[in-house]
Amino acid sequence: MEIKYDVEVDARGLQCPMPIVNARKTFQTLQSGQTMRVLATDPGSVNDFKGWANMVADAELVAQETIELDGKTVYVHYVRKK
Amino acid sequence: MIANGQTAVADRTTPELSALQEQIQQLQAQVDALRAQSPENRLSMVVFSGDLDRVLAAFVIASGAAASGMEVSMFFTFWGLTALRQKRESRGKTLFQKLMGWMTPVGMRGLGVSKMNFGGIGAKMLRAMMRQQGVPQLEEMAQMARELGVRIVACQMSMDVMGLHKEELLEGIEVGGVATFLGDATKSKATLFI
Repeated sequence: MEIKYDVEVDARGLQCPMPIVNARKTFQTLQSGQTMRVLATDPGSVNDFKGWANMVADAELVAQETIELDGKTVYVHYVRKK
Repeated sequence: MIANGQTAVADRTTPELSALQEQIQQLQAQVDALRAQSPENRLSMVVFSGDLDRVLAAFVIASGAAASGMEVSMFFTFWGLTALRQKRESRGKTLFQKLMGWMTPVGMRGLGVSKMNFGGIGAKMLRAMMRQQGVPQLEEMAQMARELGVRIVACQMSMDVMGLHKEELLEGIEVGGVATFLGDATKSKATLFI
């Protein structure tokens, strides 16, 4: 999947609630229309980012994908600031 | 003739206009009343437990909610207060209060787990297991929650009963009573008792 993004948040190796806590910190710095990409190894993050995007009014979950990176399964989340 | 006609129109519209204005005012009042009753994007929690695992759960939920843009209020009461202690002070306390102070943990470091604590070994084991899994420790989680703007209130009544002074608790926390909790809880979308 080729999705353009402006900023990347590396939350690999972190457990709940750290991926969304770190994502929020970066999300706050985004300009309207910008997209961030979050890398996480926590399988729970797939549902977490769906829920998170529902709660944050100006966040839109553009896409989610699972990739293999450095021999690990990585869950990638693309969030756009409306 | 034209001037008269305009006056006639103005006379006819003025009562209609004022009726409309009155209706708008009534609607505005209703909207204000509804707004006052409708919940904010807030989560309120009572942290009654002084168990490491339970307090940890409370802070995980608090940080997650704050990271999702919710306002979060945590009310620490009874055993929960032990998590907020930062020192042991005996001066100005009754015998019972001193005993209580000596027999309860000081701060998050001293908390035991709710099951299989075995005199603190269980808590040490849980902390080690969390470290292995990359889960932040309770102290870091609490620090993070505070950085995210979580409101922390210590229950004044429990503090009085247990003989805890504000100086013995973490700096920068608030002190309040049941009305402080209810004030936030009635405006919340979710309320938890932990």
